[in-house]
Amino acid sequence: MAVEGAEPAVRTVTPSYRRLAQRFVSPITQTRGVARWILFAGLFITGVFVVAAIFAPWVAHYGFAQKRADGVSFPKRSAPSGEHPFGTNDQFYDVLSRVVWGSRTALLVVLLSLVASIIVGVLLGLLSGYLGGLLDRVLVLLMDALFSFPSLLLAIVFAFLLSERLGGGILAAALSLTVIYIPQYFRVVRNTTVTAREATYVEAARSIGAGRWTIMRRYLLPNVVHSVPVVGTLNAADAIGTLAALGFLGLGIQPQDAAEWGYDLKRALTDISSGIWWTAVFPGLAIVLLVTGLTLVGEGLNETINPTLRRRRLLPVTLPPRTQDERS
Amino acid sequence: MASASGSLPRYILQRVLLIIPIVWILLSLVFLLLRVAPGDPVTASVGGRLAPEALAERRAALGLDRPLWQQYLEYIGNVARLDFGKTISDNIPVTQVVRDNGGATLTLALAALLVALVVGVPLGVLAGRYRDSARDVVIRIFGIITYAAPVFFVGLLAQLLFAVKLGWFPTSDIATPVTKFQVPPRTHILLLDAVLDGNTTAVRDVLLHLVLPAITLGLLLCGVFIRLVRVNMLQTLKGDYVEAARARGLPERRVLVAYAFRNALVPFVTVLGLQVALLLSGAVLTESTFNWPGLGLKLVDYIEARDYAAVQGIITLFAVTVVVISLLVDVVNALIDPRIRY
Repeated sequence: MAVEGAEPAVRTVTPSYRRLAQRFVSPITQTRGVARWILFAGLFITGVFVVAAIFAPWVAHYGFAQKRADGVSFPKRSAPSGEHPFGTNDQFYDVLSRVVWGSRTALLVVLLSLVASIIVGVLLGLLSGYLGGLLDRVLVLLMDALFSFPSLLLAIVFAFLLSERLGGGILAAALSLTVIYIPQYFRVVRNTTVTAREATYVEAARSIGAGRWTIMRRYLLPNVVHSVPVVGTLNAADAIGTLAALGFLGLGIQPQDAAEWGYDLKRALTDISSGIWWTAVFPGLAIVLLVTGLTLVGEGLNETINPTLRRRRLLPVTLPPRTQDERS
Repeated sequence: MASASGSLPRYILQRVLLIIPIVWILLSLVFLLLRVAPGDPVTASVGGRLAPEALAERRAALGLDRPLWQQYLEYIGNVARLDFGKTISDNIPVTQVVRDNGGATLTLALAALLVALVVGVPLGVLAGRYRDSARDVVIRIFGIITYAAPVFFVGLLAQLLFAVKLGWFPTSDIATPVTKFQVPPRTHILLLDAVLDGNTTAVRDVLLHLVLPAITLGLLLCGVFIRLVRVNMLQTLKGDYVEAARARGLPERRVLVAYAFRNALVPFVTVLGLQVALLLSGAVLTESTFNWPGLGLKLVDYIEARDYAAVQGIITLFAVTVVVISLLVDVVNALIDPRIRY
C-alpha cells in the first residue's frame, strides 16, 4: 500500500503520454487472485493467436487460397492426414493454412475497427460530455438509438451496403464493425466526462486560464479513459464473433480476399450431413478459443477495475514487521 | 431525468414518450442507409430479368421515381400504420412475410429463452454463492465458452453429433414436409397449429425439430444469464439483510433463494430487456444454421436477392420490436421496484 500511496507524487513528474500509458498498464499489475489467473490465461491464448497472425506465412504451410503444391492438386475434402493435418475442404484448400491465415484476418479487422471506434467514440464522448448543450442531447439520442439496434443487424445492413461499394474486403468488414461499437465508448466516456468536468482539478485548471481544448486533452482525457481497456477487450471478443457471423451469412470477407473463419463455416454447413467434421470443427474452435481468450482478458480486467466487483479490501492485509520503537 | 413527482403513470408516460424519438431515429437511419445509398433498388434486385419499361413500371409502383423527401414521409407514415411495404423480388407485402415466418422465429426464441432460464439462472446462483471455488470457476468457464462459441458453430456441432452421428434428432428445418402439409395454418405458428389440430404426431415432429435449434440458441443466452445472475448475487449476498437472515439461523438454502436471489432478480430483469437484441441476432444465425423457416432466414434470402425493400421492412420490424420490448421490460420493472420510478 505504501508504494501505491507514493504513486501520485511520481505521476506528476512523468510526461502525460506516459501517464496515459500507465493507466492502460496499471490494471494488469494490480490484479489479484482468480482475476489474475483469468487475465493471464486470456493473455496467453490471445498471444498465441497474435503470434500465428503475425507469422502466418511461416506457420501455415500453404497460402489461404492455394489449391496445389509442387504441381500436384490438393484432394477435395480429404480427411486430416500427415500432408494436411486439418484436412482439406470442398474448395481444395488446406484447412490448417486457412485457420492460421484466418487469425490474421480476424485480428486485423478487429484491430482496425476497434481503433476507429475508440477514436470516434472517445472523441465524441469527450466533446458531448464537456460541451453539453444541444450537441450533447442530439448525440446521446443518436447513440441510444444505435445502441438499441441489435448490433448484428446493424452490421448486416452496413456490410450489405459496403460490399456493394468497397467489395467484400477487409476494409468493408472493419467499417461495418466500427459503427456498432462507437456508442459503447461514447456512453462510457461521456458519462465519466460529465462527472469529471465538475471535479476540483478541472476547476483549478480553468481558474489558471486553461482553454477548453487543453482541459479536454490534458485533464479530462487521461481521467476518463480508464474503462476503455475493459470495454475494448470485451468488444474485441464480440467483434470476432460478429465478423464470423457476417462471414457465415455470406456478407463478410470473400474467400479470394482473405481467409475468414465464418465463411469457412458457411461452406462447411453442406459437409456436415455427410459426416465431414474437419471443415467445421477447426475454424470453429479457432473462433471459440480467440473469443474466449479475449473475454478472459476483459473479465480479468473488469474484476480489478470495476469497484463493485473488486475484492481488494477483502484480501488479507499483511502488515510490515513492527519496528523496535513501535513495540515499546 | 428524475422527476419530482413519483407516480407510476407519469413514469410510464415519460418512458413511452422517450421511445418516439428513438424509433424515429431508427426508422430514418434504416431509410437513409437502405434507400438512399444504393441508388436504385429495383435494378439491383430484378435488373437482369425484366425489360426496361417493366423496370420503370415497378419503380413507379414502388414510388421510387418521386423525390426522396416524399418517399421518406410516405415510409414513416406507412410504418406508423404498420405497413412495411412490399418486397421487390417476389412482390408480396412484408407484413405477409412476417405473418408466414414470424411464428417460427417466435417459437424458436421462446424455446431458447426457456432453455437459457432453466440452465443459466441456477448455475448463476451457484457460481455467485460459492464465489472463487472450483464450482464457480467451472461454471464461469462454461458460461464464457457458451457465450464465446458462435451460435452457428454450436449448431453445426449439434447437427454433427446428435443428428448425423447419433440420429436422435433431424438435422434441419421446422418439420417434415408431411407435417407441414397436414397441419392447417390457423395462427401461422406451426407448433400451436399442430396442438390446435390435435395432431399428436405433428406436435411430436415439430418438437423433435425444435430441440437442437432451441438448445443452440439457448446456450448462447445461458452464458449471459450465468454472468448476470452471478454478478447480482455477489452484490445481494453482501447485503445486511442476508447477514441478518443468516444470523437468525435460517437455512442456507432459504437465505439464498428468498433473500439473495429474490433481490438479485430486479437488476436481472432490467438487463433481460437488453438481451432481446442478442436473442434476435442469435435467431438470425440459428435459423440460417438449421434452415429454420423464420424471419432471420428470410432476411438472409432477401439480402442474397438484393431486395432492398424487403430487407428494409424486416430490419425495421426487428428494430421496432427490440425497442418496444425494452420499453415493456422497463415498465414491468417500475411495477416491481418502486425505486426505479423515483
